[in-house]
Amino acid sequence: MSPEVLSMTLAAAQLLLALAMTCALYRLLRGPRAQDRVLALDTLYVNAMLLILIFGIAARSRDFFEAALVIGTLGFVSTAAAAKFLLRGEVIE
Amino acid sequence: MTTVAAVLVLAGALLAFIGALGLVRLPTFFERVHPPTMGTTLGTALVLAGSMLYFSALDSHLVLHEILIGVFMTLTTPVTYILLGRAALRREHKDPET
Repeated sequence: MSPEVLSMTLAAAQLLLALAMTCALYRLLRGPRAQDRVLALDTLYVNAMLLILIFGIAARSRDFFEAALVIGTLGFVSTAAAAKFLLRGEVIE
Repeated sequence: MTTVAAVLVLAGALLAFIGALGLVRLPTFFERVHPPTMGTTLGTALVLAGSMLYFSALDSHLVLHEILIGVFMTLTTPVTYILLGRAALRREHKDPET
């Protein structure tokens, strides 16, 4: 595959993920309840992680992998903490 | 090889987008829990496979560290969704309207 077609395919994938993040952001702002917002936050960070991985492929750089890993870790911790808070009213009991 | 990688990445992004679209379109919370998992399971797996293929082709040796993200997502997504589903059930039960 020629480099132009490859970069165009990657740009299309980036556009799709940006649209997905916009959808998640809409749900995050709109609600209607707190659990919908937490779910939207979870979707948002997963899409951001995929977007950063694709940035790494487009830039031919290995450094973006660590960023994606950190986003995955922190996103899991924050979503689990938010869900725990909704469940019990406290994060750490 | 890079063609296959690009197609895999595009398919993964498409799945993530369809999942996010479902998050916007479906009417109730318990229906909305399902679509984002398309992006977190198969979408992530396809993008990671594309990334592994691309960097393996670029370096002409096997690059597999992306599996770490895949294992991590596979382990953590069910945990968060179980917690969130339980919280939603309790909240619906306690106060169904708001």
